[in-house]
Amino acid sequence: MELTGAEITVRCLADEGVDYIFGYPGGAVLHIYDEIFKQDRVKHILVRHEQAAVHAADGYARACEKPGCVLVTSGPGVTNAVTGIATAYMDSIPMVIVTGQVPTHAIGQDAFQEVDTVGITRPCVKHNFLVKDVRDLATTIKKAFYIATTGRPGPVLVDIPKDVTIARTEYEYPASVSMRSYNPVLKGHAGQIRKALALLTEAKRPMIYTGGGVVLGSASAELAQFVRNLGFPCTNTLMGLGGYPANDPLFMGMLGMHGTYEANMAMQHCDVLLAIGARFDDRVIGNPKHFFQEDRRIIHVDVDPSSISKRVRVDVPIVGDVREVLSEMNRQLAATGAKPDAAALKAWWTQIELWRARNCLKYDRNAAIIKPQMVIEKLHEITGGDAIVTSDVGQHQMWAAQFYRFDKPRRWINSGGLGTMGFGLPAALGAWLAHPESTVVCVTGEASIQMCIQELSTCKQYRAPIKIVNLNNRYMGMVRQWQEFFHGNRYAESYMDALPDFVKLTESYGHVGMRIEKPEDVEGALREAFSRKDDLVFMDFVTDQTENVFPMVPGGKGLSEMILV
Amino acid sequence: MRHIISLLLENESGALSRVAGLFSARGYNIESLTVAPTEDATLSRMTIVTTGSDDVIEQITKQLNKLVDVVKVVDLSEGEHIERELMLVKVRASGKDREEMKRMADIFRGRIIDVTDKSYTIELTGTGQKLDAFLDALEDGAVLETVRTGASGIGRGERILKV
Ligand SMILES: Cc1cc2nc3c(=O)[nH]c(=O)nc-3n(C[C@H](O)[C@H](O)[C@H](O)COP(=O)(O)OP(=O)(O)OC[C@H]3O[C@@H](n4cnc5c(N)ncnc54)[C@H](O)[C@@H]3O)c2cc1C
Ligand SMILES: Cc1ncc(C[n+]2csc(CCOP(=O)(O)OP(=O)(O)O)c2C)c(N)n1
Ligand SMILES: [Mg+2]
Repeated sequence: MELTGAEITVRCLADEGVDYIFGYPGGAVLHIYDEIFKQDRVKHILVRHEQAAVHAADGYARACEKPGCVLVTSGPGVTNAVTGIATAYMDSIPMVIVTGQVPTHAIGQDAFQEVDTVGITRPCVKHNFLVKDVRDLATTIKKAFYIATTGRPGPVLVDIPKDVTIARTEYEYPASVSMRSYNPVLKGHAGQIRKALALLTEAKRPMIYTGGGVVLGSASAELAQFVRNLGFPCTNTLMGLGGYPANDPLFMGMLGMHGTYEANMAMQHCDVLLAIGARFDDRVIGNPKHFFQEDRRIIHVDVDPSSISKRVRVDVPIVGDVREVLSEMNRQLAATGAKPDAAALKAWWTQIELWRARNCLKYDRNAAIIKPQMVIEKLHEITGGDAIVTSDVGQHQMWAAQFYRFDKPRRWINSGGLGTMGFGLPAALGAWLAHPESTVVCVTGEASIQMCIQELSTCKQYRAPIKIVNLNNRYMGMVRQWQEFFHGNRYAESYMDALPDFVKLTESYGHVGMRIEKPEDVEGALREAFSRKDDLVFMDFVTDQTENVFPMVPGGKGLSEMILV
Repeated sequence: MRHIISLLLENESGALSRVAGLFSARGYNIESLTVAPTEDATLSRMTIVTTGSDDVIEQITKQLNKLVDVVKVVDLSEGEHIERELMLVKVRASGKDREEMKRMADIFRGRIIDVTDKSYTIELTGTGQKLDAFLDALEDGAVLETVRTGASGIGRGERILKV
């Protein structure tokens, strides 16, 4: 039977197993919306701004192991979505975005709501397609999901002109696709793996540094086995948190600009470094020149060859999927029975414990004003460390990363690469849809939350009982911190004046709002909020305005040149 | 270092802009870029001449390979290869210079493909260096217009780039 392009689009999504699509209608996608209306396999979540549709799909994808899915109209629908797409791209999140386009005959005519979607999004997608013929539609959508979810994941966009949604053809959803130009390497080279293990077992001061790749590749179990077997110290990037359990004694905390003293010192002074699914970001190794003052061998496992030897020269590159490679490493270790140098390792741990004793995350626990760190610690306690925590961007993000000790992957959802304010609330909505049985918390700041505050309305519509922890310091705190440290205390435009009354604002959206001003009220407020299982509760914590995030590696400085409290 | 990189890419609309966009977005140099369809209508062949340190060239080949439309990439400069560029040059050719210009074209194995009373249009192929040498050999003011294709390259001997 012949179907229209619009029917085919929706059928493809359903056949691909998409349960939620996040979107916003408009002229170019009306036929697709009409088909969404006529079926109930794919549920549509109507956001209040296209940026939020993408963030919500992104949060959904990060929380479960499935790709997110988005539907927006041409022109402004697309341009609004671009920030979300770039956010997903920078953090390698699997996602398929379907966009409407003006009819094929109108393309290039400056038609109403026309933008060059393929051109605008090209630098921030893994790949994109313009479907000019309805007969290519089903295969293209299949390819989009295939590309988005394999190799290094990423967003893939499919642009569909309106006339293609009306045209008819036979429908068949391909069971699989193969592309001669796209074949990610998954299995690591056995010889390289052997070389890596030899280096590691001979190391005097080994260090394991893992990133978002371990979370994306669902390899935490294999990682834990590997690290525990060797007894090596392990650190995670901001994107990798939860990849290794934070409460394990081998865990060193996060590394990088706001990483722990012990993680950064160990990173700087190790003699063999194993990097797994991490990309030596500038927020992670600081000034590369300083990083290379110390001599060390580097082993790098990554599914994307271009991540390897990009910022840092690598001695043993291993291209492959984290889970495949770690399994092979575990297998070879078991088979050979190779053991690390025990005496050297003991001395190394003695050094590490000295660094750890510096207690770099300490803060004033008896302060008369609410300390943001304390709120996160209490949040951890009250949620049993088992919530899905999303965040926005700023100081609150760093405190959440440092103090909510993530023990499991896919519990920490934040924008690391692009650092997109406005991400937290819609991402929480998506994460909740992926795991409606879980407690979902959005840790945010009074500036960030206002960038997608309209999504409180979406949350009302779908009864999403998200708990919002607003660390309200009346400042763009992260900006204020830089101005204090590096711009002579000139707080240019970082004070958040004329803030709304968040309690009333939340109430006007039909939710529950709370304002907490004293340290002794923090715990009670959190308990009350989390006891309201079915309500979205916005907790507005009035926190210390002057608090800064420590440790801090200033821009251009080396990892061991931290500012400490 | 100067490298000459050859690629096969899907003959899709937009494939060229993905390659060009990659170079500009990542700040890589392009000295020249040529592209045309191949005997296989689904594929185009592109030759890019670029410069950069070994690290940069390694990133360029990796990033090119990562583009979904790119089927194959080789850095021709890693092995023996042949490189040719075509130039059309319109030169002043009147009076006593006319004979001299014909002689120069002959020396460089150029062909005169268009003639007016006052000018010749010369077709010349060779490496970029040879074309430069020809232009350098002409008298100041002799050149009215030049158009160059940029280099095309192919491996020497049995080496072939194929899917
Ligand atoms: C305000 C702010 C402060 C920040 N401070 C810090 C900080 O102090 N410390 C810090 O670490 N970060 C910090 N960041 C985040 C930083 O900008 C980067 O986003 C982050 O460090 C990158 O993490 P990653 O290296 O794990 O790479 P990701 O971006 O998570 O990339 C994952 C890597 O794994 C690879 N990969 C993906 N899937 C697989 C697979 N299946 N198998 C193998 N490989 C795979 C990918 O190819 C890629 O190379 C900060 C961000 C903000 C906004
Ligand atoms: C969309 C966007 N614009 C600007 C920035 C730059 N920026 C980074 S952190 C920050 C301040 C965030 O303030 P707030 O949400 O109150 O968090 P705080 O740092 O106070 O915890 C700004 C403006 C950004 N990351 N994203
Ligand atoms: Mg703030």
